[in-house]
Amino acid sequence: MNLNLSDEQQFLRDAAAQALSRFKTVEAAREGLEDPSALPDLWPTAVEAGWPGLLVSEEHGGAGLGVYDAVLVAQEAGKVLAGVPLLGVLPAALLLDRAGYADIDAVASGELRAAWLPARPPGGHTAGWTVDPASGMARSAAPVAGVDGDAVTLSGTVSWAPDAGEAQLLVVIGQTADGEPVAAAVDASAAGVSVERTWRYDATRRLANVTLDGAQGVRLDVCADDIAAAWYLVQTLIAAESVGTCETALAVSLEYAKERHTFGRPIGSYQAIKHGLVEVLRRTENAKSLLVYAGFAFADFPQEFAYAASAARSVAGAALDFTARELIAVHGGIGATWEHDAPLTFRRSQLSRRLVGGTADATDRVADELLNGRGPGVQAA
Amino acid sequence: MDLNDTPEQAAFRAKARAWLEEHSSEAPVLQGDGALTDADEILAARRVWQRRLAEGGLAGATWPAEFGGQSAGPIEGVIISQEMRRARVPGILDVIGVGMLGPTIMAHGTEEQKGRYLGPMLHGDEVWCQLFSEPAAGSDLAAVQTRAKLGDDGSWTLNGQKVWTTNAHFASYGLLLARTNPELPKHKGMTMFIVDMNAPGVSVHGLRQISGEAEFNEVFFDDVVVPAENVVGAVDGGWGVGLTTLMFERLTIGVGSEGFGYNGARFARALADDPAAREDSGVRHELGTIAAELEAVRWTGYRLMSALQGGQIPGPEFGLAKVTTVNCAVRAGELIADVMGPQTLAQENEWAYMISFLPGLKSAGGTEEILRNTIGERVLGLPPEPRLDKGLPFSELRAKEKEGAAA
Repeated sequence: MNLNLSDEQQFLRDAAAQALSRFKTVEAAREGLEDPSALPDLWPTAVEAGWPGLLVSEEHGGAGLGVYDAVLVAQEAGKVLAGVPLLGVLPAALLLDRAGYADIDAVASGELRAAWLPARPPGGHTAGWTVDPASGMARSAAPVAGVDGDAVTLSGTVSWAPDAGEAQLLVVIGQTADGEPVAAAVDASAAGVSVERTWRYDATRRLANVTLDGAQGVRLDVCADDIAAAWYLVQTLIAAESVGTCETALAVSLEYAKERHTFGRPIGSYQAIKHGLVEVLRRTENAKSLLVYAGFAFADFPQEFAYAASAARSVAGAALDFTARELIAVHGGIGATWEHDAPLTFRRSQLSRRLVGGTADATDRVADELLNGRGPGVQAA
Repeated sequence: MDLNDTPEQAAFRAKARAWLEEHSSEAPVLQGDGALTDADEILAARRVWQRRLAEGGLAGATWPAEFGGQSAGPIEGVIISQEMRRARVPGILDVIGVGMLGPTIMAHGTEEQKGRYLGPMLHGDEVWCQLFSEPAAGSDLAAVQTRAKLGDDGSWTLNGQKVWTTNAHFASYGLLLARTNPELPKHKGMTMFIVDMNAPGVSVHGLRQISGEAEFNEVFFDDVVVPAENVVGAVDGGWGVGLTTLMFERLTIGVGSEGFGYNGARFARALADDPAAREDSGVRHELGTIAAELEAVRWTGYRLMSALQGGQIPGPEFGLAKVTTVNCAVRAGELIADVMGPQTLAQENEWAYMISFLPGLKSAGGTEEILRNTIGERVLGLPPEPRLDKGLPFSELRAKEKEGAAA
């Protein structure tokens, strides 16, 4: 049992922090609310650092690293609210790698920018493969896929897809008439593909609504488990970003709670404040533990990855909700103004909670796995 | 990062597993078919089992070899717990003695005390109890009022009351914190004693809990004479000795949170056969929330093991595992009972027992509020609350409290 980071992992984490420190990402998160062009483009940084190929096997030009390594990078991005397009590229690269896609080397190196369109595996109240709807509770069916040999024809709409607006290559999950999931690589400029770039509330996350109308793609030779793994990978990454954001918020809150005085003593000495900040610690540490689980599950017991990743998303999402509000509460009125960074954390929490299925869907998935006799079976050691 | 045992740990685990495979049939049956029901028989059987475990090196493995242990590290202790759970055998009877009080005596006791008491403790021949808390000294443990007065012959005379004392009704000895000098500030005038629970003047009364069972006691001391050689550590230095016990208590509870057996899979099984509950979004959301947090406790336990293996002493933050565990189990009890209705609350129902057990567990080993204070101050570095008892002699402090209450 050794859960300490390896030297390579420490280097990866420190290098990520170093690379992101070259940008004033938090200031940009504020400016971006009024002028989205003020946001730094972090894609070149990601490419330079080799993040697009993080999970791609070495034979395909990637780094051949694991999910926990990607977690470390996402956590650093979350700490500084950096809009690194990990949620789009990492699951895309994962599927393209497993499929042995012809241009995988270019995807791994970042020359060819790829993004995945989220599709949720069946489960719970929702049968079939679905995508986040434009609005409302009812999920939309994944795009309809017609398969003819290696060619796939896709029609449907995927809303609120992270990072898809900037991608040259889309990894689309469609569904055949039999309900089988199909993954396809689709050129973003192909006929029948229309991409509407957008964002909501948190300017650091670039989103897109993608409509496919008979768009042609190349079938990726991956199984349903691989396609599901992409969904759970992104659940894990959102959890990791959330943990990073919580860590920064806790540090900022602590600093203020120690220096701000009321009634002659620091506010951090009051139990009401102290216990709230310990609750932030408790939730954040719990989420961190589940990120370790998700990392191991992906590599060593993949039958638990759905459960582990969903648990991580559930706990990390609730942690960020709690932490973002606590950050504001500890700072008092100023915490709710643009004078402070707290509203940026709050905006991050509000949008994160509702992307790629949302936190509540992950919580439901945890229950679904257990009620159906799945979940943790393999004990460590 | 590696979830696997080191080769040395794997060998240790294999040895423990082999011993358990050979001897698990000797373990007393406490649950299910053929379970013992008579309290005296259970006690006797558990004593014998602890002796067998000690002989097999599975009780007190972290104790030094000179006291009958194996000089194993804390991680080997965790490996033994895992293997005992796997073998579905009960653990030792005297967790408090072997886990907390024995190590305290090793750290602070005299050679004579170590030679006299540790062997029978390890083998279950003499069970111990922890006599720290009092009706007016719980979270503020240093407020103990049980008085020990020094006699002309060097012996001490005890008067006072202790409470929440697990196992006192069959314990042979207790480790007791008493006030020896009320003219010193509260943390300074206390001394730790070994007390013979069969001495004249000691009386033990069971305290029935919500479930109706009496798992712990209140203990009264009425002119109980304690010989001078039973002082542990320095006279008036009892607080430091007590802190050692509390450190071992934290370790015992931190490692043990998973051992309560509260986990998502178990709670899900209780709900899975109810078709309406399975499909109910509210039930599913609550179950998912509880299960995810309890899963985090399991993996926090692995992080704790990793820290132990790296030679780190676990900090108070690992006490948060208990907070999560208890609060999630409380929610699970409510959820299951809400789904299943009043039948859940039948006396013999396992969930009724859990529901009754948890409100007390919330305060056991330190209340949640005190734990959050400790972590807020020691881990997060937040300032303590101003306190009114600093530096005052204990006798004056009591007078002040009385004044305050009268005002």
